[in-house]
Amino acid sequence: MFRLIPANTKINFLGSWYIYALVSGALILVSLGSLIFHGGLKYGVDFKGGTLMQIKFAKQPDLKELRNLVGTLDLGDFSIQEFGKPEEILMNVAKAEETVTGEETTAMKVEKTLREKYGKGFVVERVEAVGPKVGADLKGKALLAIFYSLIGILIYITLRFEFKFGVAAIVATAHDAIISVGAFSVLDKEFTLTVLAAILTVIGYSLNDTIVVFDRVRENIRLRRGMPLKEILNISINQTLSRTVLTSGATLLTLIALFFLGGEVIHDFAFALIVGVVIGTYSSIYVASPVVMVWTLLEKDKFKRAAASGAGNKAKI
Amino acid sequence: MMNNPNMWRILVSLAVLVVAVLLAWPLEKKINLGLDLQGGMHLIYEVQADEAVLKSLDKTSSELEEFLSKKEIKAISIKRDGENLVARFASASAAQQAVDAMEEDYTILEEIGRNDNKESVTFGFTSQYRKQVYDNSISQALETLRNRIDQFGVAEPTIVQEGENRILIQLPGVKDRDRALKIIDVTAQLEFRMVYDQMSPETAKERGMPPGTSLLYEKQFDKVTHKVTGRIPYLLRNKVELTGDMLTNARVNFDQFNLPYVSITFNSEGGRIFGKLTSENVGKRMAIVLDGSVYSAPVIRQAITGGSAMIEGSFTSEEARDLALVLRAGALPAKLVRLEERTVGPSLGQDSVQSGLQAGVIGTLAVLLFMLVYYRFAGMIANVALIMNFFILMAAMAYFGATLTLPGIAGIILTIGMAVDANILVFERIREELLLGKTVRTALDQGFARAFLTIVDSNVTTLIAAICLFQFGTGPVKGFAVTLTIGLCASMFTAVFVSRTIFNAYLSGRRVTQLSI
Repeated sequence: MFRLIPANTKINFLGSWYIYALVSGALILVSLGSLIFHGGLKYGVDFKGGTLMQIKFAKQPDLKELRNLVGTLDLGDFSIQEFGKPEEILMNVAKAEETVTGEETTAMKVEKTLREKYGKGFVVERVEAVGPKVGADLKGKALLAIFYSLIGILIYITLRFEFKFGVAAIVATAHDAIISVGAFSVLDKEFTLTVLAAILTVIGYSLNDTIVVFDRVRENIRLRRGMPLKEILNISINQTLSRTVLTSGATLLTLIALFFLGGEVIHDFAFALIVGVVIGTYSSIYVASPVVMVWTLLEKDKFKRAAASGAGNKAKI
Repeated sequence: MMNNPNMWRILVSLAVLVVAVLLAWPLEKKINLGLDLQGGMHLIYEVQADEAVLKSLDKTSSELEEFLSKKEIKAISIKRDGENLVARFASASAAQQAVDAMEEDYTILEEIGRNDNKESVTFGFTSQYRKQVYDNSISQALETLRNRIDQFGVAEPTIVQEGENRILIQLPGVKDRDRALKIIDVTAQLEFRMVYDQMSPETAKERGMPPGTSLLYEKQFDKVTHKVTGRIPYLLRNKVELTGDMLTNARVNFDQFNLPYVSITFNSEGGRIFGKLTSENVGKRMAIVLDGSVYSAPVIRQAITGGSAMIEGSFTSEEARDLALVLRAGALPAKLVRLEERTVGPSLGQDSVQSGLQAGVIGTLAVLLFMLVYYRFAGMIANVALIMNFFILMAAMAYFGATLTLPGIAGIILTIGMAVDANILVFERIREELLLGKTVRTALDQGFARAFLTIVDSNVTTLIAAICLFQFGTGPVKGFAVTLTIGLCASMFTAVFVSRTIFNAYLSGRRVTQLSI
């Protein structure tokens, strides 16, 4: 048998849970801090509206000249950058417009101006023009989608396990989602609709790992009655460790292929998933189980106190 | 052999494989590529249906005037104020008369209120009629757009209403986006109006326009470059004598200088009106107005009774052809607002397919190799299941007519990574059972049985996320949700059922003491 993770590992994952709590806390703080610092996410055209054009030139264009040319159009804020290859550029015009029948759109104006200068020396490969209404609609819908998926998952896990497991799974998932979104903010990458799709997938995926561990916990609680929960959690994580690492590894293999070979358009999507899978694997071990443990400890505390005060009451009578 | 309990499992697995291959073969014909992969345009428009209601009110205002004068009730003025019509009468009794007359015969309007001396009455459309006008404008816009796109010649366009007043248009394979946009979102409101000849446009600009007139412009073009060089003002009467609604045909012709013009033919009513108009106005100028711009304003030399007219202007022959097209297809009842445009050129689409395929093939090979190296014989079985998983995914997409988008390809690649998860869960469990010293057969039984619930639990949560994604997503993201969902379902089947069947077949009639896993 070929093994990456030796059989019967006995790593004490929960022993130093507070260290990892600090690590997670720090990552979340950095994510939120970056979001505040940047004044929210750097939304792509999908969400904030505006016009995006991908243009392929016959030969490498002079970006400065191009910027001057587009600057004469008086379109407001815009950016032009190389995209993948030196002959290809990506242009972003910030202004979200709603043009009425017959009016020229931003993309039309740009194309016309470039034609005058470059003639047939370029092809417009992609245009994405989103008006302010659609963008706002989409943001609302996106939040709802995340909200509903979390609620649905909470309900399912509560039905299959216990409420505290459900809460722990949601905490771990929210942790993953915040850090994945945070990574986009820290790196100042654009948050587009496909990136959002990736984040939602991360939500589903990271739960996958968490549930595999919880499943084992449930089984072990039945098998090893009387064993402290902390030990049961530790044993369960160790038993599923090999699977957790292998599955994440296999998924990462495909994602890395996608990241390097999938083309420019899919690049950020693959990036979000890679971050999410790595964080999701971490959180299923170091976040979800500690939450269950701490919750149980608090419960016992409360129970003890209640019992103690109850005893006190009795004594009075 | 038929007594073998594994036999029916083998048959089911094979049947699924055969059906899947039949459904999905040949791939390039059975799978719809999304616009981002084959290139094309995706547009969302909002119909300004409120504007159509206002237009209809304007028309109703002149109809009401006619109706009242037929009843011999004199209205001093009828004006539109927002979504209301305000009619002023000479006396309170005349106002009352009008309201009474309308109650019986003019039911699309209802009284909203009167001023203090009861001489002026405010009317509005009944809510039922307003809704009818509103809805009509949307269905008419849809119809017009369908006509235009049909004539433009796009294979398999999608033109559907979305929500209350939005229209979604998808045009796969369109290469000339500029021209497509021009054909789709031109209003094409053709009007014939008389030129007001008692005042020059210059004087009108200085002293203000006489009542019932407006100032419109004709663009002047350079004959060679077709660039706008200037504009000529015209003072036109507001009364629209004839509109494009009454034409039956429009086509391109060429004059003696080989310059294109559009000749239009009216229906019989239009021809009659046009004949009457031209015979009453010989020597005067009539303007042909399209979407608020004057195209030409020829002097009427004689009555034109043949029921046809021509529109001249400085067209390229393509522009003339497109104008004839939109005139034939009819005018839009109201303006459209562009909410969203997504266009992908065909070569970018091809690049995307290619790089997607490349990433898919390499990623899949990496996973297959990994499984083979790590789990040996069992890995081979997992790989068979994985390949079958791919076939089922393709077949399901073909069967449901789902569209493959670029994020969809990413979804497939991701599913391959996630599909091995089910196998890994099972295999790791089997390894554990073997370590506990169980026989191969028991270890297999327990491994599959114990991993099963875990597989279901862990996949259901991903499914919940995928369904939420599908619910709110637009085109490409929906494609991703679809492939992810189908892929997960298929992987549960192949990992649990098909892998098990192959293991059973391997074990049957053999004494196996060692399992390569």
